Amino acid sequence: MVYKKRFDGRKDDELRPMEAKVGVIPNAAGSASFKIGKTWAIAAVYGPKDLFPRFLQDPKKGLLRCHYSMMPFSGSGERIRPGSNRRAQEIAMVMTKALEPVVDLSAFPNAVVEVYVELPQTDAGTRCAAISAASMALAQAGIPMKDMISSVAVGKVDNKIVADLSYMEEQVHEFNPESKDATVSDIPMAIVNNTKEITLLQMDGEISKEDLLSALRLGQKALDQVYQLQKKALKESFVKE
Amino acid sequence: MIANKETIIQLAGEGKRLDGRALTEYRQPISAELGISWTAEGSARVQVGETVVMAGVKLSIEKPYNDTPDEGGIMVNAELLPLSSSEYESGPPGIKAVELARVVDRGIREAKAINMKKLCRIPGEKAWFVTIDIITINDAGNLFDVAGLAALAALKSAKLPVVDEATGAIDYKTKTTVSLPLMKEPLGVTVYKINGRFIVDPTIEEEKSYEARLTVASDSNGIISALQKGGEAPLKLDDVAEMIDLALEKSNFLRKELNKQLK
Repeated sequence: MVYKKRFDGRKDDELRPMEAKVGVIPNAAGSASFKIGKTWAIAAVYGPKDLFPRFLQDPKKGLLRCHYSMMPFSGSGERIRPGSNRRAQEIAMVMTKALEPVVDLSAFPNAVVEVYVELPQTDAGTRCAAISAASMALAQAGIPMKDMISSVAVGKVDNKIVADLSYMEEQVHEFNPESKDATVSDIPMAIVNNTKEITLLQMDGEISKEDLLSALRLGQKALDQVYQLQKKALKESFVKE
Repeated sequence: MIANKETIIQLAGEGKRLDGRALTEYRQPISAELGISWTAEGSARVQVGETVVMAGVKLSIEKPYNDTPDEGGIMVNAELLPLSSSEYESGPPGIKAVELARVVDRGIREAKAINMKKLCRIPGEKAWFVTIDIITINDAGNLFDVAGLAALAALKSAKLPVVDEATGAIDYKTKTTVSLPLMKEPLGVTVYKINGRFIVDPTIEEEKSYEARLTVASDSNGIISALQKGGEAPLKLDDVAEMIDLALEKSNFLRKELNKQLK
């Protein structure tokens, strides 16, 4: 019970330094770059366009389809073999579910909107950065949306409830000699900004119900920092030229 | 786009291009940013016009090949991401990605740009292997040249990671100050033949309008280390000579532009 000061000196609800920019891929209908600490996600939106195979088509509305991929050199260890894997497939699925509640594709029957996210470098919180980037890219592409989705991980590191865990915090038993037997819970979450409703919720680790709810409340509050940055980046892209 | 293609061909005949450039003029900006990925041993983002390519170098320690027991190795892989163009789809690399990777690979490998012997740690047992991943971010044409620039820039920025001498394990999180043994700086230039004229640095539309292309990788001494002819039309020997002259000149131009950026 001795993780007192965060490794990088942040306050409990303080996120790592962030940078956001939209319009980074001219070929795409919409695109965005989102950096948080040393995690970097680039998102591109293509479509709406015809969806194949045909049996996937929905005559009532278009389909949102996310893709998630770490670049081969983006892991902190050995090279990652390119191509999809089970982890990437699951993340793509939860990303789609996290964004769907605010995306209205009823004007695009039988069509698909593809969202591709690539990560050139990572240091924890990749799915959250991917979702925050994807939401901005969808907005820039002019896809009808009710709100922005913002995403960050929260969790309990040893005794401390914090927002935006770094890799060292996820592995606190390795980096803090006094936390050798500590447990860490890592809870990626995403919210609809106006209602604070949760659209992504996963967890690794162990936590009590009370601590979980405090962590989620902390996340709802901390995510305003992401939301403000997303809005700023989008506005900047419309004023220039 | 069909009208466009005819226009491009007709304009080329008059020595003109759709975007107003001279036939042998590269787009601007030409920019390179090194160390864009902390997780890679070397990395770069290179932009020419609106074409953006990232390259990352990962190093590993492997057993040398049996026929070269005192040498390390290199491997180049290219990913044409669906993120970078509506023309690319998810899935294993297609022939376009394979050709791109292999042309860049040969340019570096055959020039002996990396001193493979210096990559060896214990002959017959352990040597550094260099993997270069080329990733397209926005394909607005001329991936061959831009990918080659990105690969070279990433190699120039690479630093060996710390190796635990007792266990032989690589500590990827800690880099030494030791660079790769880079002996030369080969760069490829692809010359396109359209309507009897030669152009460099094509846009996507120009890439759909060419008769033949020739990629020439060369170093600062004008030594050629790789060739790749593409396209449907055959080339006369005089064409080849003229294309090589242009490629050698532009290779030096690109090397200067790159090194200007890296200072």
